[in-house]
Amino acid sequence: MAQTLYDKIWQAHYVGQRADGNSLLYIDLQLLHEVTSPQAFEGLQLARRPLWRVNANLATPDHNVPTTDRDKGFSGITDEIALEQVLTLDENCKKFGVEQFEINDPRQGIVHVVGPEQGATLPGMTIVCGDSHTSTHGALAALAQGIGTSEVEHVMATQCLVQNKAKNFAINVSGRLVPGVTAKDLVLAIIGLLGTAGATGHTIEYRGEAIRALSMEARMTLCNMAIEAGARAGLVAVDDTTIDYVAGRPLAPKGDQWDRAVAYWRTLVSDEDAVFDQTLDLDASQIAPQVTWGTSPEMVSGVDQQVPDPDAMSDAVQAESARLALDYMDLQPKQAITDIKLDRIFIGSCTNARIEDLRSAAAVIRGGHVADNIKQALVVPGSGLVKAQAEKEGLAQIFMDAGFEWRAAGCSMCLGMNPDQLGEGEHCASTSNRNFEGRQGYGGRTHLVSPAMAAAAAVAGHFVDVREFG
Amino acid sequence: MQAFTTLEGFAAPLDRANVDTDQIIPKQYLKSIKRTGFGDYLFDAWRFTDPGRMGMTPNERSLNREFVLNQPEYQGASVLLARDNFGCGSSREHAVWALQEYGFRAVIAPSFADIFFGNCFKNGVLPIALDAAIVDELFSQVADGLELCIDLAAQTVTVLGSEKVFEFTVDPALKQKMLSGMDDIDLTLAESALIEHFETGHRERQPWLFRD
Repeated sequence: MAQTLYDKIWQAHYVGQRADGNSLLYIDLQLLHEVTSPQAFEGLQLARRPLWRVNANLATPDHNVPTTDRDKGFSGITDEIALEQVLTLDENCKKFGVEQFEINDPRQGIVHVVGPEQGATLPGMTIVCGDSHTSTHGALAALAQGIGTSEVEHVMATQCLVQNKAKNFAINVSGRLVPGVTAKDLVLAIIGLLGTAGATGHTIEYRGEAIRALSMEARMTLCNMAIEAGARAGLVAVDDTTIDYVAGRPLAPKGDQWDRAVAYWRTLVSDEDAVFDQTLDLDASQIAPQVTWGTSPEMVSGVDQQVPDPDAMSDAVQAESARLALDYMDLQPKQAITDIKLDRIFIGSCTNARIEDLRSAAAVIRGGHVADNIKQALVVPGSGLVKAQAEKEGLAQIFMDAGFEWRAAGCSMCLGMNPDQLGEGEHCASTSNRNFEGRQGYGGRTHLVSPAMAAAAAVAGHFVDVREFG
Repeated sequence: MQAFTTLEGFAAPLDRANVDTDQIIPKQYLKSIKRTGFGDYLFDAWRFTDPGRMGMTPNERSLNREFVLNQPEYQGASVLLARDNFGCGSSREHAVWALQEYGFRAVIAPSFADIFFGNCFKNGVLPIALDAAIVDELFSQVADGLELCIDLAAQTVTVLGSEKVFEFTVDPALKQKMLSGMDDIDLTLAESALIEHFETGHRERQPWLFRD
């Protein structure tokens, strides 16, 4: 029977059923960070259970780490509770023998940037992490999903996940994105069409000409936000772009193993006549740069549009949600998106903090300067290696000359667990993935955009259409 | 894990769609390395008018009297009545821990986000998906005091004091696990031979996946 890519990876990892009828899926790699692992490690110790397979785990602190004073190591963390959490990860990794890129390691960074960068993420793998944006790794045709802490402990102890198979969702994207429009705009447009629960219970496979034309990093942006449409995992099939990306990475297979792996990876595509439970078709060439105006990623418009009017919405629940969102965001119905004034700019996160993202933002600045009304413009690279590369290419200097702050790697203002936060009532153009109430700081107002749009907004002081900017 | 068999209790309403886990438990409380201590911070930004910190007690906070869970009639509720896509966003299991510690043992909504839904079953909190029309009906009655009896074995929600009984569906294997309250890891480790057998074959088929 014809299989989808998801069917193939599922089948290759299906262990069997437990006595109580629950299915077990074998997990090849678990990524760990400081926030969702301590209770799992504690549970293991209380039950005196070992890790099933130590080398199937890889850790790095990312959520809590400060993006300044990193030369001070642990003592750069001024928040005592955050420090305890980062130290606990360090102790647990040492105790259990788990490989960790610790706070001062140049390879430290956001787990979802580090995994692919190191070649820890490989096509055809099953990957889990106690973080919903684990879907990012699906760009390499790995079945990667976010899990809760009980599941983290379960995978540590058994190398398996208890899970029912999801349904298949094909998102077919024809045409090509126009210049200035990125994978971030594409995925925001998709979420706008599907809604935040549109793909619940499904694994998304992004397909079509527009997807094939995307770089590996752009595909990561796309898969990263699959969870924002409700799907635990997003996938892109293997092609030359995938193989070229993995080749030569530190943890990628070498020699004969590489040849054997590549031969297998080439099969990681959906069969031509595979059947999907749901499909969505769209044309990439019709997509404009996107900006979210509300408190859910589905509340999104083209930059050339207006904030919608809740009174004009036919669905009562949707209209009420929009009213609450506009009230929280302090926006008016029918206000032009380009009239939204901004206070802060955040370029970073597992969605958009890779080298191509930074290149794209830097290219937009072109000698411009951060506008006077912007209190702070942050660039937080996704990993220490991305930071070093950007410095080597002169991108860091471009940002600093333009008035941006150039920081060290971590999750930073995407969720504001470290000191990088929005103030109450502030509007932020952010390249992150969630515009939930208070996500970036208590009372903060987040607008999700691409790196190019964030850079253009920084210079203009409000949103502008990056297609016409400069 | 705490088993879930039956629950009798009254419901509190949260009339918003797409309630995300950032709202259920905000990030400043995720710095804890413990599994407990989250109940005081459930729906923190809605329950209180001040930004809280880890370690603060509700007495030190400024209560938002407008917020529904702060209304006197909903104190002690054990069933949360919610709208579509409840628990979307972050995978933080802290959201379930916070709900449970606050006193909720069940959540009724038209739909749930996947990761949250799974996390509930790991903690003995029962997420019940009912048709939107039924949830509407329950919302319309909740202000007058809605007492419910939830029977997992029978898969029913009964409105006490009326003839109304609503059936719900639940995955049979998940149901079994909830009813027994047995440790998930013990159940899986009982299949160690099966896992080892799979692993041996997997290593032969894709040796590059193993760095050991």
